[in-house]
Amino acid sequence: MEKFVRHDGLVAPLDRANVDTDQIIPKQFLKSIKRTGFGPNLFDEWRYLDEGFPGQDNSSRPLNKDFVLNLPAYQGASVLITRRNFGCGSSREHAPWALMDFGFKAIIAPSFADIFYNNCFKNGLLPIVLSEDNVEALFQAVHGKEGYRITIDLEGQQVIPETGAPLPFEIDEFRKHCLLNGLDEIGLTLNEAEAIRAYEKGRMEREPWVFADH
Amino acid sequence: MAGKTLYDKLWEAHLVTQREDGSALIYIDRQIIHEVTSPQAFEGLRLAGRQPWRTSASVATIDHNVPTTPFKSAADIADDTSRIQVQTLQDNTREFGITEFGIGDVRQGIVHVMAPEQGAVVPGMTVVCGDSHTSTNGALACLAHGIGTSEVEHVLATQTLVAKKMNNMRVSVEGELGPGVTAKDVVLHIIGVIGTAGGTGYALEFAGSAMRSLSMEGRMTVCNMAIEAGARAGMVAVDDVTIDYVKGRPFAPKGADWDKAEAYWRTLVSDADARFDEEVNIDAADIKPQVSWGTSPEMVVPVDANLPDPAAESDEVKRSGMTRAYEYMGLTPGMPVTDIKVDRVFIGSCTNSRIEDLRAAAEVAKGRQKAGSVKQVLVVPGSGLVKQQAEKEGLDKVFVAAGFEWREPGCSMCLAMNPDRLEAGEHCASTSNRNFEGRQGNGGRTHLVSPAMAAAAAVAGHFVDIRELDQA
Repeated sequence: MEKFVRHDGLVAPLDRANVDTDQIIPKQFLKSIKRTGFGPNLFDEWRYLDEGFPGQDNSSRPLNKDFVLNLPAYQGASVLITRRNFGCGSSREHAPWALMDFGFKAIIAPSFADIFYNNCFKNGLLPIVLSEDNVEALFQAVHGKEGYRITIDLEGQQVIPETGAPLPFEIDEFRKHCLLNGLDEIGLTLNEAEAIRAYEKGRMEREPWVFADH
Repeated sequence: MAGKTLYDKLWEAHLVTQREDGSALIYIDRQIIHEVTSPQAFEGLRLAGRQPWRTSASVATIDHNVPTTPFKSAADIADDTSRIQVQTLQDNTREFGITEFGIGDVRQGIVHVMAPEQGAVVPGMTVVCGDSHTSTNGALACLAHGIGTSEVEHVLATQTLVAKKMNNMRVSVEGELGPGVTAKDVVLHIIGVIGTAGGTGYALEFAGSAMRSLSMEGRMTVCNMAIEAGARAGMVAVDDVTIDYVKGRPFAPKGADWDKAEAYWRTLVSDADARFDEEVNIDAADIKPQVSWGTSPEMVVPVDANLPDPAAESDEVKRSGMTRAYEYMGLTPGMPVTDIKVDRVFIGSCTNSRIEDLRAAAEVAKGRQKAGSVKQVLVVPGSGLVKQQAEKEGLDKVFVAAGFEWREPGCSMCLAMNPDRLEAGEHCASTSNRNFEGRQGNGGRTHLVSPAMAAAAAVAGHFVDIRELDQA
């Protein structure tokens, strides 16, 4: 996984609450057996006027010119600000894969759905929870100035907007550590293989049926 | 010291290590695998040269992509990308030595129907699957939740997950459910009360006399939609219903192991003095048959209501969401629910495709006919075994006589990853779990209802109050 230490980027505002994973990456694109290539179909039903299908040439499709990510001002955006409960719905990791493949490095919202939030960290995408008021202030700032950028300082756990004071955010120590160092979680867990085996031994005695072959 | 909740007990029983940074390693007893969220996980194992930690922990089947018309082999799946995923799962389970109920196996079906049906999920387990509706399995007093593909790989490789303990929430539904009110109405009502993010960060225990009165199938329906209330995991404590359901299933313990298991499982209830971080109390008498009208499961009303007015909503974010939903759904605030016409009906999904659901739908369909204005009514059993049982009871004949289509098991029109789908603008009475934009097909308009309410809409051509069906 790529490290995330500090990021400075253009901000795109997606002014909707409860954005679900079916919107982030519609189901027809889940049929891929790869982790990459989902970017052109991020928010497919909102970005394009026609219905998308896997493997098509997206460059010739009619664009919904009103959709925020299609506006010239937000081309190259790498930070998304949005409203509460972002990423609700299915557990598809294709949602963070699509956001990253498109070029996003961080998502800022007042709240995230649990599974989506968790999935982001496995891929080096940083979800940041800020208060409703702070998110609202960012929306106003972004709408007020073309090319609005922010800096995210993960080490210091703060969002530094172009204007105004830095905004601190919370993050689990373990997740922060993994992101800062780009660590492979499976490798880390396998360092504890002895503990897992010891646990298994105890469980096998207490609940042998859990370990039965079938 | 306060007593423990069911979730506390399940968590503690699976804790491998508690780390200083607050994260923990928890042991995973069962992983259910399907074709859509697993290919990248197996590929990850291969790239890193890793083997599964314990192959007996996993059981796989195909559901999301499969057509619901008869087919004999992967080669018969017309859609290239679907066929590749089905084939890839078969290749991966063979390569790594994992049990799969594949094409033509009577045990094949929707992951969350197949696993409890086989006894592959029993009380006291931790259960994961790359599917958010894994919460369904919590009905058996398990800690069951959906995970992403990176975690599917992590569980395959280590049999554990890195996790942090969630908070405890209990939703108690007390009293007797009225006639025509089913498990689906209970959970839609709960979501209407607490909202789609109400359970975020919580493990949700469903309790109370109304919950205990539900069959195991009904409890699965409720736990299934815990995720639509924002909670990754939903669960119900062990009682006689649980024990009776598990007994005799193929993977369930037998003989002396059974006695030992049952004695342990009986302890899987929240202690009387357990403390919950959040408690919600609901009177069963307040629950009516429900119909969702919008594009989020919390946009739900009783069937005898009129659609809500966004102007009356004080929360600005919610108000704009409602306005957008009305536009997408092509409906008007204030109109009676029963004026909404349906174009297609879908009876199936991991929420409502078990035998009890099909019986409820058949009871309504019996002696009635699909309305002429309804283009299609799909009835899709959750597994080959559910299909077999339904046919034994003659339910298939009831459906066919009513003009409904009787299909092969799979996820079908719940998510339109297969040939079953809505056309743009069509309204669907659906027993599935999500009414998101485009969920059942680009531009499709989903209304979530119980199986009986879906069948009633199919015969009337519009929503009807199941309690007044004979007068409709």
